[in-house]
Amino acid sequence: MTEPLIRARGLTKTYGDFIAVDGIDFDVAKGESFGFLGPNGAGKSTTMRIIGATSVRTSGTLTILGKDPEVNGPQIRAHLGVVPQQDNLDSELTVSENIFIYGRYFGLSSSFINKKIPELLEFAQLEEKKYTKVEALSGGMKRRLTIARSLVSEPDILMLDEPTTGLDPQARHILWDRLFRLKEQGVTLLITTHYMDEAEQLCDRLIVMDKGKIMAEDSPAKLIKDYSTKEVLEVRFGSERNQEMVEILRPLAQRIEVLPDRILLYAEDGEQLLEQIAAKGIHPNTSLVRRSSLEDVFLRLTGRTLVE
Amino acid sequence: MTSDAVALSERRQGKFGDKYFAGRPQQVLLRNWLTFKSSAWIAVVSGFFEPVLYLLSFGYGIGELVGNISTSTGNISYAAYIAPGLLATSAMNGAMIDSTWNVFFKLNESRLYKAMLATSLGPLDVALGEIAWALMRGGLYATAFTLVLAGLGLVTSWWALLAVPAAIIVAFGFASFGMAITSYMKSHHQMNFFEIFLLPMFLFSGAFYPLTVFPGWAQAIIKALPLGQGIELVTKAMAGDFGIHLLVNVTYFIVMICVGLYFTTKRLNALFMR
Amino acid sequence: MMSTKIRKVSKYGSFHVAEARIRNMLKWRGIILFEAVVNPTLYLVSIGIGVGSLIDANNGVNGVSYLTFLAPALLASAAIQGSADEVIFPVMEGFKWNRTFFGMRSTTLTAQQISLGVFLAAMARAMFSIVIYWIVLYLFGALESDTAWLAMPAALLAGAAMGAVMLALAAKIENENFFFTLVGRFVMIPMFLFSGTFYPLTQMPTYLQFFGWISPLWHATELGRYLTYDYPLSGLQLSIHIGVLAIMIVAGLFLSTRIFAKRLEK
Repeated sequence: MTEPLIRARGLTKTYGDFIAVDGIDFDVAKGESFGFLGPNGAGKSTTMRIIGATSVRTSGTLTILGKDPEVNGPQIRAHLGVVPQQDNLDSELTVSENIFIYGRYFGLSSSFINKKIPELLEFAQLEEKKYTKVEALSGGMKRRLTIARSLVSEPDILMLDEPTTGLDPQARHILWDRLFRLKEQGVTLLITTHYMDEAEQLCDRLIVMDKGKIMAEDSPAKLIKDYSTKEVLEVRFGSERNQEMVEILRPLAQRIEVLPDRILLYAEDGEQLLEQIAAKGIHPNTSLVRRSSLEDVFLRLTGRTLVE
Repeated sequence: MTSDAVALSERRQGKFGDKYFAGRPQQVLLRNWLTFKSSAWIAVVSGFFEPVLYLLSFGYGIGELVGNISTSTGNISYAAYIAPGLLATSAMNGAMIDSTWNVFFKLNESRLYKAMLATSLGPLDVALGEIAWALMRGGLYATAFTLVLAGLGLVTSWWALLAVPAAIIVAFGFASFGMAITSYMKSHHQMNFFEIFLLPMFLFSGAFYPLTVFPGWAQAIIKALPLGQGIELVTKAMAGDFGIHLLVNVTYFIVMICVGLYFTTKRLNALFMR
Repeated sequence: MMSTKIRKVSKYGSFHVAEARIRNMLKWRGIILFEAVVNPTLYLVSIGIGVGSLIDANNGVNGVSYLTFLAPALLASAAIQGSADEVIFPVMEGFKWNRTFFGMRSTTLTAQQISLGVFLAAMARAMFSIVIYWIVLYLFGALESDTAWLAMPAALLAGAAMGAVMLALAAKIENENFFFTLVGRFVMIPMFLFSGTFYPLTQMPTYLQFFGWISPLWHATELGRYLTYDYPLSGLQLSIHIGVLAIMIVAGLFLSTRIFAKRLEK
């Protein structure tokens, strides 16, 4: 087996008494799309910053392309494209100037960058906006420009921190499409997200993080298979009656989770379970059968929901 | 295959300070030039008018009430008396605007430095680039102001040309010191610190009247403050008065520059390497 | 439970807006108080006594000490600075940075009440600065006549005139990038320097005196000098100074109400 692109062993980061990342191990292979799934404050962004050589780990070992970020920060950053959680585009410059100057920060030649710009603008679907000031762009456009900008140095690894947070559904789908294309080109993607659909769409493999620890690690499909049933039945009885129904329903399902507004019943066949419940004369206000998702995996692992 | 960016960064590997310095402060300068070209020129150019307005208003208006001032070099008009002080003050103000408010904005609001430091650029590149920009601005103001002085007949010798390098040294000191302090500021309310410090320094700097109106101990304090030193430096340089004093003034600013650069780099590194 | 209380549009909406603004200012009371006390003290010691010693040694001005000559101008200038600050920043914040005005507009408050409320709060701030400044002037012995206390309302007139005009201007600006720099360098500083603040306006060439005629600072300074020492003004001059300031206030408020309505209701 070839050496992994990124290897972390016992990676730890503390701020005073607070343990942000608590001794995690993982490997990322070349060309892989690797995800960090977890709620806010799980330690995903901190892990990303350590990998990005903009944060110094407290203990553990980390190698990226065989180098230690603590020793070779600038050399590692030269391999990375960074898309932070909050866009930090240069609001005083135009779209193409943003790409140009970012390339110059890496020391790339003007002729090289100027050849790249049309290609990157096409990728980001911003050809029309070439001379527009960044301030005037929509949220989705800004995020696509941030990604295009990070690609100017032809990075081996693209790091995306919560890439679609705050975007509308249409803008999210456009962005996912662009990221798929990068993956096809062999770029290694590191993605943090607290959206299970995003993790399912984009990641070959992911780690589920909570409170700085890794709860599970596998492909999205395998995680669902291991930690959840095939289907889920969601029922609502109104806020006053949910509690009393739990005890009646518990024997019927493989597993049951009670959320503030609804009850989740886990089963291989959701429709069948709903019929069983109806046969007992129980009629929820609303009911919904769906496939299990990473949200259910997370709930199972931590007893909490991803978005709280 | 390795990209150009990687090749470049590996070339610097192992050289002195490679973790903090990529040898590319000119790219930060280039970034400022791009914004200047598109719109920031309004703010930059307008800064030139400030000392000129003071010169016209004070020099001629108050000058008429005051009459001539007797200095060590003879009896001169009030306008000629305040000119070097205004030049040093405008060098200070220009450098301070760039290195305090603008830096604060880029540090905390627009997160520009975060973007820069996510590339293979280092904190010293950023600090040097920003300070160089402030200096170019300061140098431009100093040159323009000296030309205005010459046009108004307030310049008496060729030594006045030295006003430009003197003003640049003053600007350099304030820019690197200002940036260092700004990098420690957390809220824009703390930025008021600069005004609380700068206003009295300006009013009591001796730019507008001879310090002899104050008691000896107050004069000593004023002369020890950066603007007092700056005014002394510019006044002496413009008069061609070279002596041990000038050397003390220059050394003072070199110390300010070094201390400022050291803390700026250190702080930027700490901020973005948490 | 549904409330059955009858809701109606408050007649005192602008006072509610002003209250909100003043509560916000109180958070920075330490800095505001510090500035209000320290600024005048520094200016009086430095310019009044420093430059004053040169002038008084020469021939003096208007037959009074330079400090007395300067005092009313600095007082009016402080009022103008205070009210301009408290107008420009809240307007930028209200329309753009936090969009608080749009939040206010979705209650029963009208655009007119919002603009007037901001103005009233700025006047409260200006009045505060004026009173402190006046006390400092008094302690420095810069006020000579019995009517000197009337210099306070005169300064407030200047603050109101500048505040009203700035309210309209700031509301009109949609892109604030260089607004602060340009206002500072092309409005505030020239006004401070060329309004007969440091020497009689008539000492400037006629074409520069034009600055003074349109400057609220000059009009208020003339009033202030009339009130604080033996400075002669005719009845006509008095009414012109008051009239110009009043026109600025009315026109500024009228325009800003319209601009507020346009921006909040589009």
